[in-house]
Amino acid sequence: MTNATPARGADRPALIVGLLLLALAGVVYYDASQQTITSNYGLGPTAMPLVACAGLVILGLTHLAVAFRGGLPKPDEADRGALLWIAGGLAGLIGCIALGGGFVIAITILFASTARGFGRRALAVDAAIGFVLGLVIFLVFAKLLTLLLPLGPLERLFL
Amino acid sequence: MDTLLALMNGFGVALEPSKLLFCLVGVFLGTAVGVLPGIGPALTVALLLPVTFKLDPAGSLIMFAGIYYGGMYGGSTTAILLNAPGESASLATALEGSKMAKAGRGGPALATAAIGSFVAGLIATIGLAFLAPWLVEVAIKFGPWDYFALMILAFVTVSATFGDSPLRGLTSLFLGITLGLVGIDKLTGQARLTFGVPELLNGIEVTTLAVGLFAVGEALYVASKRFRDPEEIIPIKGSLWMSKQDWKRSWAPWLRGTAYGFPIGALPAGGAEVPTFLSYSTEKRLCKYPEEFGKGAIEGVAGPEAANNASAAGTLVPLLTLGLPTSATAAIMLAGFQQYGLNPGPLLFAEKPDLVWGLIASLFIANVMLVILNLPLIGLWVKLLAVPQPWLYAGILVFATMGTMAVNASPVELGMLFLFGYLGYLMRRFDYPVAPMVVGLILGPMAEAQLRRALQISLGDPMILLENPISATLLTIAAIALVAPFVMKGLNRFKAAED
Repeated sequence: MTNATPARGADRPALIVGLLLLALAGVVYYDASQQTITSNYGLGPTAMPLVACAGLVILGLTHLAVAFRGGLPKPDEADRGALLWIAGGLAGLIGCIALGGGFVIAITILFASTARGFGRRALAVDAAIGFVLGLVIFLVFAKLLTLLLPLGPLERLFL
Repeated sequence: MDTLLALMNGFGVALEPSKLLFCLVGVFLGTAVGVLPGIGPALTVALLLPVTFKLDPAGSLIMFAGIYYGGMYGGSTTAILLNAPGESASLATALEGSKMAKAGRGGPALATAAIGSFVAGLIATIGLAFLAPWLVEVAIKFGPWDYFALMILAFVTVSATFGDSPLRGLTSLFLGITLGLVGIDKLTGQARLTFGVPELLNGIEVTTLAVGLFAVGEALYVASKRFRDPEEIIPIKGSLWMSKQDWKRSWAPWLRGTAYGFPIGALPAGGAEVPTFLSYSTEKRLCKYPEEFGKGAIEGVAGPEAANNASAAGTLVPLLTLGLPTSATAAIMLAGFQQYGLNPGPLLFAEKPDLVWGLIASLFIANVMLVILNLPLIGLWVKLLAVPQPWLYAGILVFATMGTMAVNASPVELGMLFLFGYLGYLMRRFDYPVAPMVVGLILGPMAEAQLRRALQISLGDPMILLENPISATLLTIAAIALVAPFVMKGLNRFKAAED
């Protein structure tokens, strides 16, 4: 099923994945070596990390080997603009929550930029839809489910 | 006899108006997400987990099961009308189904899929009801070593059967296991892999990982290839009803599909892809009209659709009796149980019979609801496909972040959601299956706990795993399952060389 067309030289994605897995194994190993309390018999807290570490090392090395034999399936070219809009929307949402801007504004940002990322050109309309959606969700959560979503100046008006 | 009595009690629970409502909402949502391409039942249950943790546990679980079944029904609609299978379980359906739709026989294709799903769902749920108590009896005798061996088997089969590369499946699994290490070690109280971040002390939330990988990852992935493969809905032409000939050609594939789906779903090997493709190839061989295969043979829709529904019921067997998830949706449902402090397994049958049997009984009701929802209302579901994609995915992301914020509105948690989303995108891009990672995160800590318990009992002697017949057998199967794909690959290469 995979399109394993033999590439010339090393397959970069496979190489990167392999190195990242090895790096992760290193982090896990370092963390396990910092554990001070170990048990007398049975499994200590370091056994499972060491198993995970060993698995990651094997998988990392296999990826390095695979990198020179066909590598990973070659994906189509990605639409970077779309990805940036959505990632930006998510970053905007996190920023808005972190700065205390509240749920509704955060959702407005996310909805509008995601819709933009998927190719809509009506940013203002989508922002309005996102705003209403956010407000409705906030009220349903607050009144019906008694779950409080992040508050900002706007949300405090409704409580 | 006991089973029948328990099942009757279960119906008593499931027929309460509030439970019926949960069930209806579940099958409705399930069908909707099954119809919409790119959103599966696993994602939907993951999205609903944070929203439902204050609701009634029995009702929510009934709803989740309804979503699972509904997703299996709804998936066939997209597979047939769009030639775009909503999830991997309907890949086989799309082969013949879309050809039938192009030939103007979309109606009968949808009908045989819905009725076949109904028949299979019914038989498989009966199978579940009678197999589960028996398996519970067996599972009571399981020691920690047996559970550990069972989990190892699940690890192997889940990562080797999902996706088409065992290497990528295992990589996904080990990433999940590594994430499962994060947090305070239960035995010694030491923090592992937390790097001084207080939010990580409690470990990584399953919902955050699942929603990130499934929802955010899927949205990013679809957006990244938006300009490719435009989808075209094939309008349903002609009658929706199956002719006498269609019935005659459908009933045997339905039963054969069920016979593949239920046992394979119930095995820790799990997954719906294997039985659907087995069913497809069997029907192709047995069909009296082999020339029609590839041009829209009704058997090729009836069999796989029955198989995928039966396997959904099958995966509930290990989930309920052993607490062992063997599909992505089952893994998320396990997280659903856990959020109410419930642990599926033999104990749950003893402690909460109402809940377990109510859930099983509700599956019968869900099946009836689904066949009613799917046959006459098929036109409505097709209209769902007309929702503009930008709004659909913007809505999914709103839902995804909303769930995370309802549980824990810290920027750290949202940041993790974002990171997991990007990881999910990259994994889809390079064809890494995401389900093993979720399974690894859930089962990793459980396997560790069972192994510790086993080794404490044996005073640290690891041979206990091999001295007990059940655990030894399970570990042997796991070892075979791990090696088999690589050997098979070698065999396939031989075959390819011969051709």
